[in-house]
Amino acid sequence: MPDETLLELHRVSKNFGAVQALYQVDLTVRAGEIVALVGDNGAGKSTLIKSVAGIHPISEGELRWLGRPVTVRSPKDASELGIEVVYQDLALADNLDVVENMFLGREMLTRSRQLDANSMERRALDTLDELAVTTITSVRRPVAALSGGQRQSVAVAKAVMWSARLVILDEPTAALGVAQTRHVLNLVTRLGEQGLGVLLVSHNLHDVFEVADRIVVLRLGQNVAEFDRRTATQAEVVHAITAGALARVPGQAGEADS
Amino acid sequence: MSTAQQTSENRGPLAALGDAARTRLLEIRNGELGSLPIVIGIILLAIIFQSLNSNYLTPNNFVNLMVQGAAMTAIAMGIVFVLLIGEIDLSVGYVSGVAAVLMALLLRPDDNQWPTAVVLPLAILTGAAIGGLHGLLITKLNLPSFVVTLAGLLAWNGVVLLLISNNGSIIIQDAVVVSLTSSFLPPWLAWALLVACVVGYAAVQLTRRRNRLASRLSVEPSLLTWLRVAALAIAGAVTVAVANLSLGIPYVFVLLGAFFVLWTYVQNRTQFGTWVFAIGGSLEAARRAGINTDRVRIACFMISSSMAAVGGIILASRLRSVDTNVGGGSLLLYSIAAAVIGGTSLFGGRGSAKAAILGALVIAAIDNGLGLLGLGSGQKFVITGLVLLIAVTVDALSRRGHAEAGKH
Repeated sequence: MPDETLLELHRVSKNFGAVQALYQVDLTVRAGEIVALVGDNGAGKSTLIKSVAGIHPISEGELRWLGRPVTVRSPKDASELGIEVVYQDLALADNLDVVENMFLGREMLTRSRQLDANSMERRALDTLDELAVTTITSVRRPVAALSGGQRQSVAVAKAVMWSARLVILDEPTAALGVAQTRHVLNLVTRLGEQGLGVLLVSHNLHDVFEVADRIVVLRLGQNVAEFDRRTATQAEVVHAITAGALARVPGQAGEADS
Repeated sequence: MSTAQQTSENRGPLAALGDAARTRLLEIRNGELGSLPIVIGIILLAIIFQSLNSNYLTPNNFVNLMVQGAAMTAIAMGIVFVLLIGEIDLSVGYVSGVAAVLMALLLRPDDNQWPTAVVLPLAILTGAAIGGLHGLLITKLNLPSFVVTLAGLLAWNGVVLLLISNNGSIIIQDAVVVSLTSSFLPPWLAWALLVACVVGYAAVQLTRRRNRLASRLSVEPSLLTWLRVAALAIAGAVTVAVANLSLGIPYVFVLLGAFFVLWTYVQNRTQFGTWVFAIGGSLEAARRAGINTDRVRIACFMISSSMAAVGGIILASRLRSVDTNVGGGSLLLYSIAAAVIGGTSLFGGRGSAKAAILGALVIAAIDNGLGLLGLGSGQKFVITGLVLLIAVTVDALSRRGHAEAGKH
C-alpha cells in the first residue's frame, strides 16, 4: 500500500468574524487510508471540509498537498488538485440520468460540439464497474428512481471518475437504512483499497469503527484526540467527543500518529 | 442490462421485442407514461367529435386544424424551455403581438416599406431582446419570473396599443408572410420531404445504434428501431395523403417541423440542453457543477420570446391583419396549457418540443371540434379547462406511482 501523504493540515485556523470555528487544527490523510473525522454538532467538522474544498478559504495555517504548500480558494482549485467532496445532499439533479449527473458541467463533446453520449456512458459504466457498484441496473434511468444508497454510490463514482485522489464524504450514511449503509461502507472500504485517501465525516461511531483506519476527534474547533481504530474503544472516542481536553497550545493534542 | 439484451437478441427478434415490451410495461407501471395517454386522448377526441359531427374527420378540416393550431404550437415550443427551468412566461401572448405589429408596420406597402428578408428576422430578434430583458431582470435582480412576465404581459400589451395607435387595424399584404399559412406544398414535394424525413430519421437511428455497439453499450432490439421508423413513415404518409386530398401540406407545417427538429436536437444532443434540464431538476446541483446558471436561464427566456415572435408572425399571416387584440385572448393560456397537457412539468425538469406539439394538437382539436358543433367560447373554455385538469391529474397520479417505485 502506498504510504504517500496526500493532505496535511498544519495549524489551520478559521474564523468567521469574531467566531473562531477552527483553532490550529492538524490533520493528515495518506493515500489508501480512511480517516474518520468525528465530533459533536458545532465541533467544526463542516467548516474543516469546506476549507479543504475551497468554499471557505482558511484564515491561518498551512494546507499541504503531496508535501507542497497549496492555497485552495475555490471548489475548482480543490478539484484540480484531485480533491472531490461528496456533500450530504449529494448535489444530484433528480431528473437527469446517472451518466448525465456524473458528467454534469463537464460533459464530453464530439468535434461537432454535440454531446458525446456514448463515450460518457462507457466511462460511467467503467467507473461503476471498477468500484464494483452492481446495484445500478441502468445508467440511463433518472436518479430519482434510485435508492439512497445507489444515489450515494453515483455521487462517489462521480468523484472517483474525476480522478480524485482524496474523496471527502460528508455523513454518507446519515439517511440510509441498514442494507444501504452496508453497501456504502463497502464502497468506502474499496476506495481505500484502490489507493485513494478518504476523509469520512460521520456521527455514527458504529460506521466509523467499521471502516476507518484512524479516528480524529474535533471538539469546539480544536483537535482533542486521535485514535488508531485497532486499539481504540468506542467509549474512549465518545469521551473525547464530549469531554476531550481542550488545548490552548498549538499542536499539542492529537499527535499520537505523527 | 447489456448482457440481458444481447442474449435476448440471440434468441431471435421476437423474443427481443417481447423483452422490450415488458420493459416498457414496467416503465408505464412505474409512472413513466411518455406520450401514451395523450395519444389515446387524441384518438378519443377524434372519435367523439366525428360521431357528433361528420365534418370533423375530413381532409379540409384536417388542413384547417393544422393552420389554426400553428401559432399556439410555435409559442408552446418556446414556453417549454422556460417551464423546463421551473419558471413561467406570462408575456408570450403580447410579445407575439408586439412582433406581429412591428412586422405589419414595417411591411406596409408605402414608400417606407422594408424588405421582407429584413423584417422577419428583425421581428424575431425583437422577441429575443424582450426575452433577454425579462431574463436579466429575473436572474440578476432575483425577481420571480411570474411577476416580471406578468408586468411584461401588461407592458407589452400597452406597446401593441401604442404601436397600432390610430391605425385601427393593419392589413398584411406581403406575399411571403401571407403564403406562410395560405400556400401549400405541391403533392410531389410533400411526398419527397416525407421520404427525406423518414430516411434521415432511419439514418440517425442506425448510426446511433452502430456507435453504441462500437462503444460496447447496450442497444435496443433492431426490430424495435425499425418499428419506430415504420411508425413515423405510416403517420407521415397518412398526414400527407389526407392533406393532399384537400389543399395539401401548408408551408407553416414545414416551418413547425423544422423548429421541432431544432429544439429536439438542442434539448437532447447539446450541452446547453443538459444544463437546462439540470437547472430544472436542481438549480443548486447545476450551480455546484460550475454551470453558469444565469446565462442558461436568460437564454431560455430568449428562446421563449423568440418563439412567441414566430407565433405572432404565423398568427398575423393567418388573420391577414393585425389589430389591437393581436396576441390577446386565449393565445397565452392555450400555449401554456398545450405545453402542460403534452406532459411538461410546471415545476421544471421535464418536457420536450414533442410535448408542446402533442398538447397543441389536443387543444386545437378541441377548439376546432367545438367550433364545428357551433358551441361558443364559454363552452370551449370550460371543456378545454377540464381537459387540462384531466391531463395534469393523470400526470400527477402517474408521478405518485413513480415516486413509490423509487423507494425500494
